[in-house]
Amino acid sequence: MLAYQPWRPALEAIVLRLGALLIAFLIFGLFCALAGANPVQVYGSIFKAAFGSWSAWQNTLIRASPLMLTALCTALPARLGLVIIGNEGALVVGALAATLAGLSLGPALPGGLLLVTMALASLVAGGLWIMVAGALRHYRGVNETISSLLMNYIAIALMNHLVQGPLRDPSFVTKPSSAEIARAAWLGNLPNTRIHYGLLYGVIACFLAYFLIQRTTFGFAARTAGGNVRAARIAGLPVGKLTLAVCFLGGSCAGLAGMVEIAAVQRRLNESIVANYGYSGILVSFVARHNPLAMLLVSVLLGGILASGGILQRSHGLPDATVMVFQGIVFLCVLFSDSLYGRFPIFQERVRPPAKTPVSV
Amino acid sequence: MSDRNRFFHLSRRQVVRGLLASSAFGLTAKLGSGCAQSTSSPEAGDQGGAVPDQLVVGFLYVGPKDDYGYNQAHAEGAAAMAANVPGIKIVEEASVPETSAVAEAMRSMIEIDGAKVLFPTSFGYFDPYILELAGEFPDVQFFHAGGLYQAGVHPNNVGSYFGFIDEAQYVAGIVAGHTSKSGKLGFVAAKPIPQLLRNVNSFTLGARSVNPKATTQVIFTGDWAMPVKEAEATNSMVDQGVDVITCHVDSPKVVIETAERRGVFSSGYHANQSSLAPKGYLTGAEWDWSSIYTSLGEQFMAGKTLMAGDIPHILRGGIADKFCKLSPYGPAVSDQAKADADAALAALSAGELIIYEGPLQTNDGKEVLPSGKGLKIDDLELEKMNYLIEGVNGSVS
Repeated sequence: MLAYQPWRPALEAIVLRLGALLIAFLIFGLFCALAGANPVQVYGSIFKAAFGSWSAWQNTLIRASPLMLTALCTALPARLGLVIIGNEGALVVGALAATLAGLSLGPALPGGLLLVTMALASLVAGGLWIMVAGALRHYRGVNETISSLLMNYIAIALMNHLVQGPLRDPSFVTKPSSAEIARAAWLGNLPNTRIHYGLLYGVIACFLAYFLIQRTTFGFAARTAGGNVRAARIAGLPVGKLTLAVCFLGGSCAGLAGMVEIAAVQRRLNESIVANYGYSGILVSFVARHNPLAMLLVSVLLGGILASGGILQRSHGLPDATVMVFQGIVFLCVLFSDSLYGRFPIFQERVRPPAKTPVSV
Repeated sequence: MSDRNRFFHLSRRQVVRGLLASSAFGLTAKLGSGCAQSTSSPEAGDQGGAVPDQLVVGFLYVGPKDDYGYNQAHAEGAAAMAANVPGIKIVEEASVPETSAVAEAMRSMIEIDGAKVLFPTSFGYFDPYILELAGEFPDVQFFHAGGLYQAGVHPNNVGSYFGFIDEAQYVAGIVAGHTSKSGKLGFVAAKPIPQLLRNVNSFTLGARSVNPKATTQVIFTGDWAMPVKEAEATNSMVDQGVDVITCHVDSPKVVIETAERRGVFSSGYHANQSSLAPKGYLTGAEWDWSSIYTSLGEQFMAGKTLMAGDIPHILRGGIADKFCKLSPYGPAVSDQAKADADAALAALSAGELIIYEGPLQTNDGKEVLPSGKGLKIDDLELEKMNYLIEGVNGSVS
C-alpha cells in the first residue's frame, strides 16, 4: 500500500523546492529593482557568471567542492538526531593535521603516499574532534550543538597559536603561516580544468554517505536511534557506539575538506583556512534536508550564487553584500517551504492506509 | 482532528529547524559586519563605448569599500584614477576573501571584463593567488600593495608598491604630543609585525620630539579586525588617563568612535575618519593612493608596462613622494602644534628629517642606535623592526 503512488511525495519535494526558488527570485528581483538595477538583466548576469559557460561552471564547482564535504559534518549526525555545527572547527583541525603530516613526513615519503598520509591524518583528526562533541553528548549529556560550536573557536585559536608560534615559517611574510608543504604533495587539478580533485572527493563522499545511511544496517541503526533513542535501546542497538561512529564519520569529512584546502589551494596553513566553508556547510545540509545526494545539488547552487557575486558588483554596481542578500532570500524561502509539506492534498497518497498508521515523513 | 494535531507537531519541529538554520545563516552571512553601502556605483552604465584606447583596470578589496580604513583608502584611490585619467575604466569587487575566491575573481575580471591591469589590494592575496594568475596571464599587469616583489623570483608582470606611512605617523605624533594634557598616548594595534611597530615607534618619537615626557601605551588585539577588543582597549586606556588615541587596525572606525564618545582626542589611520569624531579628531596618517594610482594610470595610458621595464617593479616612498599624507587638522589642534607639524612635513618632504636617529633604546634597555647614527626611512634595517622604543609601554611578545 505504501508504495502505491511513490511519485507523489517525490513530486511534492520537487515542486515545493522549485516553487520556493521561484518565490525567492521574485523577492530578490524586487530587491534589485529597489536598489536601482534591472532584475531581468541581473538574473541574466547571475546565470552567465554561474552557469553560462564552461569557465563559469568551473568557478561554480570550485566554490561548491568544499561545501559538499563540510555539509556532511552536519548531515550525518543529523540522521542520529544530533545538530552538530562544529564543521568549521573540524575543517581547521583536519587542515592542521594534514599540514603537520605533510611537513613532518614531507621529505621521507613519495608524493602519492604523502597525500594519502595527509588525507588519513585529516580524516582522523577531524573525526576525533567531532567525536568529542558526540561523546560529551552521549556520556555527559552536554548539548552537542553548543559544544561543537564552541569547539570551533578552540580549533581556530589553536591553529592561530601554532602558526604564529611553533609552526611559523619566518621567511613567509604575507601573514603568519606554516611552511609550505612539499610540492610532491600538492593536489592537482582534474584534467583540462582548474578544478582540483577536492570536487571528486566531495562527490564520492556524498554518494558513500547516502549509501551508508540508506542502504546499510549501520545506517538503518543510526536512523532508528535518531528516530527514537529509547526504542533503539530497547531493540538492543549500541546507541553510544553509533553516536561516536557517526560523529567520527561526519567530522572526518569536514577534516578532509581542510586537507584539500591545504593541498590544493593554500599549500600552507594560516588564518585563511577559516573562510566560512564550515558554516556554509551547515546551511547546505539543512537546505538539503540532510540528504547527501540533495547536498550535491545544493552545494552547486550555493557555489553558483557565490560565483555570481562578482558580476553583481562589477556590471550592475550593486553593493558587495548583495550576493549575501540573494543567498539569504533563497535559503530562507527553501527552508520555510518545509512547513508546507503535507498541506497540499494533491501530493497525498490516494489510497489511505488505515487511520492509525500514518505515513512516515 | 487528528490531522490538525499532526500538523501542529510538524510545524513546531519546522520552526525549530528554521530557527537553527537561520542562525547558521546569520553566522555565514556575517550579519554583524554587513554594513556595505548601497549607493556607490563606480560606473553604472556598462556600455563602455568601444574606444580603442580604453584600458580596463580591476581592483579587489578584502572588505567593504566604506570601512573607514584600509579598503576605503584604496577604493578612494581607484575612484581618483578613474576620474583623473581619461580612458581608464575601473571594475571593482569588494569583500573578496583570501581563498580561491580571489583567484576566480581576478580571472573573471581578465576573461569577462578584459582587464589588463589588476590591483588586488589585500596583503594576503599575493602568495599564492597573484603569483599563480600572473604566471598564467603574462600580458596582464598585477600591482600589489606591500613591497613583496623579488626580482628573478616572481613573474615579470608583478609589481609592488608600498608607502612609508610611519612618516605620517611621526607628524601625527607631534600633533598628539602637543595636544595631550596627561602626556599619555594610546595605540590600539593588531599584530606586532614590522610595519606596525614602525608606526607605533614613529608616533612615539614624534610625540617625544615636542614633549620628551610623553609615553605611548600600546595594546595588541591579536588580529586586524577585532571590533570588540578594539573598543575594550580604547576604553581601558581612557580609564588609565590616556587622552590621545590612535591605532593600526584594518578599520579604525570603532577606536575613533569610542574615543570620541569617551571625550578624548583621536588620530586616524588609513583614511580620513574626521566625520566620525568631529570634536576630538586631531589628524591622521592617511594613504595617498589617489596620487599614486593617478600617476600609474597615466603611465598605463602612455603605454608603459612592467614587462617592458618602463614602470619599476618596486615603487616606494613616503611624504615626499606622495604615498601618504596627513588628514586636515581638527578643531582641537593648537597653532603651535600646527606650526611644528607643518615644519616636520616640510622637512620630511625635503628629505632632511631622519626619524630614527641615535641615541635610541628599546623599552627594555637594549641599544638600537648609538649616538650620531641614523636610519633613513628606506633603510632595509627598519623593515625588520621587532622592538618597541623607549617611551612605549608594552611588549612585542
